[in-house]
Amino acid sequence: MNLIAKPSKDNIKTYVPIGLSLVSLSFLDVFVNAFFNFNLMGFLPSQLSYFLPLILGFIGFYLIRIEFSGVRSLDILNKNINSNNFNALLTLFTIFIIIKSIPPMLDWFILEANFVGNSKDDCTGDGACWVFIKVWFNRFMYGLYPDAEQWRINTAFLILFAVVGVSFFVSEKLKKYFILFLVFVFPFLGIKLISGGSFGLEYVESAAWGGLSLTFIISAFAILFCFPIGVILALGRRSSLPAIKYISIGFIELWRGVPLITVLFMSAVMFPMFLPDGTFIDKLIRVLIAITLFEAAYMAEVVRGGLQALPKGQYEAAKSLGMGYWRMNALIILPQALKLVIPGIANTLLALVKDTPLIFVVGLMELAGMIGLAKTNPKWLGMAMEGYVFAGLVFWIICYAMSRYSQNLEKKLSTER
Amino acid sequence: MIFKKFNIENKKARDLIPQAITVLALLSVIIYFATNAQINMGNRGISFGFGFLNQEASFDITFSMIEYDGSHSYGRAFLVGLLNTILVSVIGIFFATIIGVVVGVSRLSDNYLIAKVAEWYVEIFRNIPLILQIFFWYFAALRALPLPENGISFNDISFLTIKGWYVPKFIWTNFNIFLLSIIAAFIAIYFINSYATKQREQFGKQLPATSISLATLILIPLITFLFLGVSLTFEYPVLKQLSSTVYTYEGGVSIIPELIALALALSMYTATFIAENVRAGILGVGKGQKEAAASIGLNKNQILKLVVMPQALRIIIPPTTNQYLNLTKNSSLAAAIAYPDIVLVFAGTALMQTGRAIEIISITMLTYLTLSISISMFMNWYNKKMAIKEK
Repeated sequence: MNLIAKPSKDNIKTYVPIGLSLVSLSFLDVFVNAFFNFNLMGFLPSQLSYFLPLILGFIGFYLIRIEFSGVRSLDILNKNINSNNFNALLTLFTIFIIIKSIPPMLDWFILEANFVGNSKDDCTGDGACWVFIKVWFNRFMYGLYPDAEQWRINTAFLILFAVVGVSFFVSEKLKKYFILFLVFVFPFLGIKLISGGSFGLEYVESAAWGGLSLTFIISAFAILFCFPIGVILALGRRSSLPAIKYISIGFIELWRGVPLITVLFMSAVMFPMFLPDGTFIDKLIRVLIAITLFEAAYMAEVVRGGLQALPKGQYEAAKSLGMGYWRMNALIILPQALKLVIPGIANTLLALVKDTPLIFVVGLMELAGMIGLAKTNPKWLGMAMEGYVFAGLVFWIICYAMSRYSQNLEKKLSTER
Repeated sequence: MIFKKFNIENKKARDLIPQAITVLALLSVIIYFATNAQINMGNRGISFGFGFLNQEASFDITFSMIEYDGSHSYGRAFLVGLLNTILVSVIGIFFATIIGVVVGVSRLSDNYLIAKVAEWYVEIFRNIPLILQIFFWYFAALRALPLPENGISFNDISFLTIKGWYVPKFIWTNFNIFLLSIIAAFIAIYFINSYATKQREQFGKQLPATSISLATLILIPLITFLFLGVSLTFEYPVLKQLSSTVYTYEGGVSIIPELIALALALSMYTATFIAENVRAGILGVGKGQKEAAASIGLNKNQILKLVVMPQALRIIIPPTTNQYLNLTKNSSLAAAIAYPDIVLVFAGTALMQTGRAIEIISITMLTYLTLSISISMFMNWYNKKMAIKEK
């Protein structure tokens, strides 16, 4: 090592240019190899040319690792990706893998993919067949809902978005009425609009509902109902009345101990046995009840966490003001407790949305189920990849947006205590 | 006085009435359901009972760890399903822990790129429904594998094909001795560690307990190979032509694609949650703890082992156990891709054949419930044991 001086501030003028050019050379080699399928170092023995970018990059990173060099950008670079030999190797591997994986991804998603046409025969490239998504898009969104009636689903969601949108801009006093409308009136109005059967609207049975709109409908209803049930269960579990306490505990632990899929199985095959012969409850309603009760148990545990985190003084203060049980909980305890557990509530709601595809076990088909149906269509065999990538993307956008929104809400509502 | 007495009684009554109403309501619902169930079962000519468990099942299961065919009973089929559930859960938990710890530590890496990659791994895999990930691996990714005749070969020892992953089969002689030697090694390690702890706490001596333990774990089983007649041979899978176009592998063990897809999806999905737990645990140990440990002269390894890890684990383990439990419950999604777990075999096929919905769904739910409750009881015990003992 005496022949080559350690990189330091003294030899910065020679080492940094050499190091940077070695690093760039190694990236260039991998880049050319990945994008143009041409091996720059092909003249070398095969094993060596394979590892050469790694070796070059490693030496390059070693040469530019100068502590307190005085050059600001170099210091930032060293601190973040090149703090020691191990980190340098990790950096090289990560960048190589990213560069290597870009071309095949680009090819599959865009360059070699087919966008125009309306049958499988139009897909001639090696990449994705987005024609599949285009042709089936309507089904993925609305399921088997009759084409002529789809405006009803659109209208229902448009009203929802319009009301939510407007409620952001009205005064606090009016906002209350908007929220009351959304919670108590709109759900039943919307379901009437979509199912029809009166006001001259054609009846559409729930078996025909499906696609992404069904995901939204189920999520919205389950969220709406599971929240109050969860809060009541949480209060029940903390109650001083033994019968109520142990019934709540038993209920919560029963649902939390079993997988949702068995609960859905139960609602499909076991629940009808418990009803008088000849009674028929719609499949969708049975599923909704099952999902709601299931998620309510999880919600109850989250809310209980918030209740437990509140200092005892809050309860005592409320009681000393002469408040009864319900007034104390509604005005003092729950507003604070719920604020504390916003991340937990958001996670439960996220889990609920992610659980909706499971309704396939009772034969209802939302987005993932419709893709399963489409990919087994004899005219569109072999389209599983496109379908599930599309569905994954849609769900990812929904869930990511939800988790981001909850983080913002948490920041907005957090108060110093 | 009278007023006070009245007030107390009033409070008692106030407590009693809601409880009585709740209990009565619950009881009436249960009785209503039970009566209906009895009438319905009477109409269909079946009576409640678990005798069907001894009847011949007469259906086949594609993948079983114990001997099973159609002539075995429904009870045996239940056991096969339960073992398959446990198998996929154990594999999933193993890989989820490894991926989770690596990703969680990477998120705190001072290497910006690595931290970002780990963050995006978590954001991507956490926000896609597990069932979609299972479908993706099973219907899209694993279906792109080659047919058996051009399977991807690893040194001609194991082959990855569309029909599954063929790996060598282990053929042991005197496996019992080997197993006993491993158990003996673990017992020895327990004593070595407690001795080392005693030495450290009483005399301040540092024994290289970790390296001694590792050596014990390797040496004792090795002795059984050399002197006690234990031997291990492999049976390799070999390509065989069934007809002009159909090939298969013979010998070895075939890991079915359903199992691979399920284990992959479960471990990659659960790993994101474990990674977040690990990150929170490490961040939860205050900087002052590390500085204090350094100032009393502990070296870097000792700080990690004696100060940081015990405190971080206290934060990490409870939520992680919860994730293990979730993974086990999520393994029931196997039914979607026809991996023969307890839900598919028992709540699916067996239910279809016998029509005994109430008994079978109850058994299935009770199995999961037993599993969950035993794990949460273990967790409560562990939490109590690990809780900071304040003086």
